[in-house]
Amino acid sequence: MAEYVQGIPIMRPYIDQDNQGYWDAVKNHKLVFQHCSKCDKYHHPPRPMCPSCHSQDTLEWKESSGKGIIYSFVMFTTNKMAYPAFKLPYAVVLVEMEEGVRITANTHEIEPDEVQVGLPVEVMFEELPDGQTLYRFKKREA
Amino acid sequence: MAIESIKDKTAIVGIGVIDFSTNIGRSEWYSACQCIKLAADDAGLNIYDIDGMVKNIDDGPDPSYVQKGLGIDNLTYHSESHWGTSAMMNAVQGVASGSCNYCVYYQAAHRVSGPEKSISDYRVAREVKDDSLDMIRYDFFSPFGLIGQPGYVAMMYRRYMHETGITPEQLGWIPVVDSENAAKNPNAIFFDKPITIDDYMKSKVIADPIRELDCAPKVDGAIAIIVTTPEKAKSMKQKPVIISSNAAGMAPEGQFHTSYTRDVITELPEMKNMGDELFRIAGIGPKDIKLAMLDDTFTPYVPLQLEALGFCGKGEGAAFIEGGERIRVGGELPINPDGGLIGQGRFDTTRIVEAVRQIRGTSTNQVAGADTILVASGAGGPADGLILRKA
Amino acid sequence: MTVEYNPDQKIPHPAMWGVLYKSSTPFWEGVKNKKIMLQKCKSCGNLLNPPRPMCPKCQSQENEWITAKGTGKIYSWVTFNEAPHPAFKAPYAAVLVELDEGPRIVSNMVDVKPEDLEIGMAVEVTFEDVAEDLTLPKFRKAG
Repeated sequence: MAEYVQGIPIMRPYIDQDNQGYWDAVKNHKLVFQHCSKCDKYHHPPRPMCPSCHSQDTLEWKESSGKGIIYSFVMFTTNKMAYPAFKLPYAVVLVEMEEGVRITANTHEIEPDEVQVGLPVEVMFEELPDGQTLYRFKKREA
Repeated sequence: MAIESIKDKTAIVGIGVIDFSTNIGRSEWYSACQCIKLAADDAGLNIYDIDGMVKNIDDGPDPSYVQKGLGIDNLTYHSESHWGTSAMMNAVQGVASGSCNYCVYYQAAHRVSGPEKSISDYRVAREVKDDSLDMIRYDFFSPFGLIGQPGYVAMMYRRYMHETGITPEQLGWIPVVDSENAAKNPNAIFFDKPITIDDYMKSKVIADPIRELDCAPKVDGAIAIIVTTPEKAKSMKQKPVIISSNAAGMAPEGQFHTSYTRDVITELPEMKNMGDELFRIAGIGPKDIKLAMLDDTFTPYVPLQLEALGFCGKGEGAAFIEGGERIRVGGELPINPDGGLIGQGRFDTTRIVEAVRQIRGTSTNQVAGADTILVASGAGGPADGLILRKA
Repeated sequence: MTVEYNPDQKIPHPAMWGVLYKSSTPFWEGVKNKKIMLQKCKSCGNLLNPPRPMCPKCQSQENEWITAKGTGKIYSWVTFNEAPHPAFKAPYAAVLVELDEGPRIVSNMVDVKPEDLEIGMAVEVTFEDVAEDLTLPKFRKAG
């Protein structure tokens, strides 16, 4: 699932100083999360201050296991709300990672009726036709 | 006319100022979180006690972003305002009405590095908004090359010269005194040493009659100010600074720096309305003010503010500033002892910070007996201001 | 002196920027027909420039358009020694003209050097086609 329609630009993430480490890692086919070394807590999306201890200099990037389970999802089935770069239907999943944070992405080789809450998934990376790198989730053994 | 009720109802108990820069290398989001933390430290307040957050729409990420860093359980009050330091009014109203106990007003703006170094949707919103502003307001100026704030102000200033006889040799005392004060302020990044009136006269005329030195430079900065009630302030770390009055002002035919449709374009009626209200609420007059923090984003507005706020008569602003004696520390009415925006960069909340330091007695350029201070913002547009006093 | 433009740069264009502000369309349509049109309040006769959706004197939203004589006096001016926009060649002056009917209008002078400008100078309108799709009202010394 999640195939692209040719000729329609795929939206790119906006990379700024607070999330650059995240997207740099994606470019290298790694999934990292922001981690506070003082509190030993993960946060996502990246931010400039640890909300637990208010430190701004203990934030580091830690590589994720890449594994999680589908926490919730949306199935786009009509062009009313869907972004036209995607061929219908496509799913957007909210995945709860083993580190405790949740991220959104598309799926890879999961049939629409297989997408369900609780499905174990793992991250994979894909080079898009426009040159950007993005991550998706595929099924894994629990 | 009903806001007498705010008199002495609120106090400033914390200020947080990051190191200003012309190339800060971090996001506005980072700086917003940082200055709030600094202000809470200054106030001796636990961050989780903050329950109100206000800001100017254009400056920095909104409270929902800042909240991602601060992790406060519940903000019972959040609100945004538009111009100058008018979000201060939101803070004062929020605390005085009881909607929140500790309200932080933050301004995080990287005007040199640019908002593109910050979060994406907020950046887009800002760009779109700026464009639409141009569509509505400046259609009748831009095709003729009347573009940019220095030019807008120059049109008014030329007329002011014509009507009152003010000269560059007189107006130049604003940047000269600003530079003297900035040289004493370690937070002011633009003048290591003072300039002279000759330096000013030799400086580049960019939109004749406006010189480069008449315009406050852009800067990357962030400031947070914490407001609470005087009762709560009593037991806090800093000597409280009481907000005697707070008011805003608008007037007919106003348009940012381009109120050319007014019968007289060389007055600041918004500032006059605001000042009248400030004095009425506080129950004092211009003579009671020991120090004035005036908006020097563009220097011609300083003599105009002196006239509008009743510190001198109409057309007397030029004589008041000439030679600098009356506006220096020790003079009749010291103005901007922190170096103003000419010395620190375009950042309106610096005026409130310096007023707080002066009343606490911790300024690096202390005015003796500075117990009652007027702060004015928004010259050339909708005005807002404060009268602050010692507890 | 007349304002000179850099041919490879687009002059800021009211028709392009003004799409959201429909009140000004009659003004710019008038300029295309080499007229300065002023908005006149139908209720109190107040003349308004720039145009707007409500009369600030009487709050009426009914208005009509009259043709200005095109004569007036220089009220103020700015000389740009540096161009704030790449379409303009510095130095050039932007003038604020007070029309004889009362409203003021920002424009440029034709055949007058910035150093020869003075407040009170009597001027009259002329129209200049500055681009294929843009005519602007400009002013020259009267008489």
